[in-house]
Amino acid sequence: MFAKVLVANRGAVAARVIRALRGLGVRSVAVYSEADAGAPYLAEADEAHAIGPAPARDSYLNQDRLLQVAALAGADAVHPGYGFLSENAGFARRVEAAGLTFIGPSPRWIEAMGEKTSARALMASHGMPMAAGSGLLGAEDAAAEAARIGYPVLVKPAAGGGGIGMLAAADEAALLAAVERSRAMATRSFASTQVYLEKLVLRPRHVEFQMLGDRHGQMRHLFERDCSVQRRHQKVIEESPAPGVDATPMAERAATILAQLGYDNIGTVEMLLGADGAFSFLEMNTRLQVEHAVTEMVTGVDLVAAMIRLAAGARLEDVLPAEITVQGHAIEARVYAEDPVRFLPSPGPLTRFRPPAASATLRVETGYREGMVVTPHYDPLLAKVIAHAPTRDGAIAALGEALAGFEVQGLKCNIAFIQRVLASDAFRAGRVHTGLAQELP
Amino acid sequence: MADQQIKSEISGNVWKILKAPGDPVAEEEAVMILESMKMEIPVMAPRDGVVASITVAEGETVAEDQVLATLRG
Repeated sequence: MFAKVLVANRGAVAARVIRALRGLGVRSVAVYSEADAGAPYLAEADEAHAIGPAPARDSYLNQDRLLQVAALAGADAVHPGYGFLSENAGFARRVEAAGLTFIGPSPRWIEAMGEKTSARALMASHGMPMAAGSGLLGAEDAAAEAARIGYPVLVKPAAGGGGIGMLAAADEAALLAAVERSRAMATRSFASTQVYLEKLVLRPRHVEFQMLGDRHGQMRHLFERDCSVQRRHQKVIEESPAPGVDATPMAERAATILAQLGYDNIGTVEMLLGADGAFSFLEMNTRLQVEHAVTEMVTGVDLVAAMIRLAAGARLEDVLPAEITVQGHAIEARVYAEDPVRFLPSPGPLTRFRPPAASATLRVETGYREGMVVTPHYDPLLAKVIAHAPTRDGAIAALGEALAGFEVQGLKCNIAFIQRVLASDAFRAGRVHTGLAQELP
Repeated sequence: MADQQIKSEISGNVWKILKAPGDPVAEEEAVMILESMKMEIPVMAPRDGVVASITVAEGETVAEDQVLATLRG
């Protein structure tokens, strides 16, 4: 086991990793930018080091500085958390070249899954179910490709961003118009005419599978999470198990594929679930997820401690219980600093910040406290609130009650939006899909 | 018609400027993309017209309600 680990992150996830390290008897090194001086997670660590100005590229993404602090502090491993450098293969390689352990999968896996089209090809070659798609479209082949894929299709700019130029088409006439318009939008916005096609999955659910592997060829799944409630393609509510579907066969299949590949630490296989019950691979995240606590509450497994022990070389059978089952239902809400109607970011001061009290059935993870300023430099996550109950209805009620008592003032936050989702007939009936947020009354 | 101001709806940074003064724009066409809290927020032209001025630079920090550009025509 490691003696001392540098946590290359901030806020709630840094606090979470530091807590796991303490539980394992490992010393922790926290880092902070100028914007985070005095943040609560720093007091949790055994030592804390300043790493630079507020912008992430000058601090949490500053690889030279992080490696310098790791050496200075005498750390023998680095935990990247999520976001920032967690899926940066180059950083993982530099950590290992410096003689330290990168707590996550081997750099080659970060690389293999990081380039999305080659990750899809690799997974498809091992039998992962996949929605049809095209390569970059030439001038003449849009109609033929769309006919092969089957309508409806989505036209997407290859050099995209911000959802600009993504257009759906239900037939050939609409397709030709959509390709022309998407190319024009891509040219104006990104100076690139390249577009490609993907099969459009109507009213899809986002269902993902938690994977844990060791450095000795063993792989297991810890069931699924349904993360369908999203806005701006980012998750807001996550739950396990996924309501109304038996996803375990898909979880077992994904675990078999990853075992064949030799994947060697924590990871999440993200999939779309169509109304027809078919799963299709989206991407694999080679890191701890924001929503890991949902799985921890229903399985009783400490995923953060597990990934640390596995990175140190422990065997899966020594880290996980022989039998893992899903107990009850857990739902997480991400409380964001943003407008609850238009979902625009809302940085600002937390003049009042009173999260609900945590208990055995309610987890609250935050990197903030009252009086702090939420800057535009980092993600908008203020807190995660996770409720666990014997039933889904019970978890919805407990989460709603906890959020009702969560006081936030000084900036806009999305609690009102989360409450609207929790109270909606569609969510309560488990009729979730990625467009649900847009269809709320 | 008088020049129309395009204002920022958020506080954040100017990530990418897509138009220059003199460029024609269509309604709902992106003039620039702002970045705040890891989100990219396109700033759209409110109507057809010609960009009269861009009043911010890439990388600049902007406040809510700050004027980003003006539109003519």
